[in-house]
Amino acid sequence: MNVVVCVKLVPDPDSAGQLDATTHRLRRDLAEPVLDPGDEFGVEAALRLVEAHGGEVRVVSMGPERALEAVRKALAMGAARGVLVSDGRLGGSDALTTAKVLAAAIAREPFDVVITATESSDGYTGVVPQALAEMLDVTAVTFATGVASDGTALTATRQTEVGSETIIAGLPCLVSVTAGVNEPRYPSLRGIMGAKAKPVDRWSPADLGIGEVAGSAPGQTVVSVTLAEERRAGEVVTDDGDGAHRIVELLASVRVI
Amino acid sequence: MALRSVWVFAELRQGRATTETLELLTKARSLGAAAVEAVCFGPRAVDAAAELGRYGATTVHLSSDPAFAELLFGGPAADTLAALVVPHPPDLILFAATHAGRDVAGRLAAKLDVPVIANGLDVEAGDAITVTTAIFGATQVVRTEFGGRRPALALIRPKSFPAEAAPGAISPGLVEVPAVIRECHRRATVVARSDEVAAGPRLEDAEVVVSGGRGIQEAGNFELLREVAELLHGAVGASRAVVDAGWAPYSLQVGQTGRTVKPTVYIACGISGAMQHTVGMRGAQKIVAINKDPQAPIFKLADLGIVGDAPTVLRQLRDELRSRPG
Repeated sequence: MNVVVCVKLVPDPDSAGQLDATTHRLRRDLAEPVLDPGDEFGVEAALRLVEAHGGEVRVVSMGPERALEAVRKALAMGAARGVLVSDGRLGGSDALTTAKVLAAAIAREPFDVVITATESSDGYTGVVPQALAEMLDVTAVTFATGVASDGTALTATRQTEVGSETIIAGLPCLVSVTAGVNEPRYPSLRGIMGAKAKPVDRWSPADLGIGEVAGSAPGQTVVSVTLAEERRAGEVVTDDGDGAHRIVELLASVRVI
Repeated sequence: MALRSVWVFAELRQGRATTETLELLTKARSLGAAAVEAVCFGPRAVDAAAELGRYGATTVHLSSDPAFAELLFGGPAADTLAALVVPHPPDLILFAATHAGRDVAGRLAAKLDVPVIANGLDVEAGDAITVTTAIFGATQVVRTEFGGRRPALALIRPKSFPAEAAPGAISPGLVEVPAVIRECHRRATVVARSDEVAAGPRLEDAEVVVSGGRGIQEAGNFELLREVAELLHGAVGASRAVVDAGWAPYSLQVGQTGRTVKPTVYIACGISGAMQHTVGMRGAQKIVAINKDPQAPIFKLADLGIVGDAPTVLRQLRDELRSRPG
């Protein structure tokens, strides 16, 4: 079973984000870049499928030179090969452009399953997996909280607005996994050393036959970024036994009790 | 630029249009388009048509094909919608930022090669169609304009607008459309479905929400949240961290990837206040936070912050509420 997993290098989600005042793009220089923590679940899910059914895990990423770090981390966890698509003009790409680039990179070789996170931690549009599935002409089992396979089909539990549903999907297909779907492994020292020797293909959009994608007129343009109206912090008190009473007073003041 | 038509992608729950759908129709009416129409796919689509009309849809394009419930919904829904859109593209299609909304809008954008903007909080139609989104835990507001390709697709977060019936609405025209189901989508079937039913008011409708995060320390302490919520006739919520840890079901998750709530009072218990969470609750009228860490970001939003042990304060709160007369 050949599994492709999409990963992204993002500014550490635990640091405060900021947009560049003139370009309206995320200031990626302010926070330590890391493999998106949401993607670690996808890498783990991919490794487990391949451990159960054979085949290999291929990591695909779009991003600047530094995104190689995200690819290397997935390789250190156990993926076999990597692909990184870079082009300065892809900076600030919208969801549709991102999906086009990933689809072109993935479609170069046959695959059984493509795994993504449900959304990235920095852009979080949450529509790249679905757009990617459409371009690859496969079904998308999105928001999966559990994934298993017998080698010929995939069984997944997925979140819905009101609960969950169990899906059986024929291969090939795409799965987007939620955080918590598994417990991602830590790369071993051997894995980290070995990752440096694993092959990573470096492509430009032109190499993939989609050179026109980079730098084409965007379908959407940011016209302004302003500070939201701040919620003012109220009173902060240290609980010395009357914290609960203070809450009751507040509840009474707005007449909910 | 006057809009010719705005469509709303309607979602169904137990044969009724969801509240989010009605919110979108209310907004669509205000954009000054010549026509507001709805699209509704599902075995009980007909049951919802009259309600869609009351909220302003003059035409409802519907398919009652049972396949929409038997198969993974997103693929067939996007294909059926695309078949409707291509001959007469509307200027704008509004989707709710739900699981189904994202599944359909994401695929449709790729299919038609048109732009999609996610996480919208508002949409305006002037010289261009502009969508407002919030980033970095809703501390900054971004306005994004669609380029010329049509239809523009916007995913709007629930509770961004009130849902108000249209004055003098008439019965909508119903147009049955054939479901478009490609072979690859026939091979993804729903074999089981389970809805989580919670006692008390729905999370989105509750006047008081009592939410727990890691700081409630163990899964068993969710019972405390339930007891306090019940005494207040409210609902229980959860942070993503505890949902991921399996302490609470996803249906209780508040935040970017969960529910958006706007209660009168939101009580955050042991929740640090990550952006992922605050974006789903900062619209509450009053916010109460209980957290051990005086530096927790949640205190910057709270009207009342209690620095203390969340389970201890919750127990005392429960006992005091129980002892109140009446």
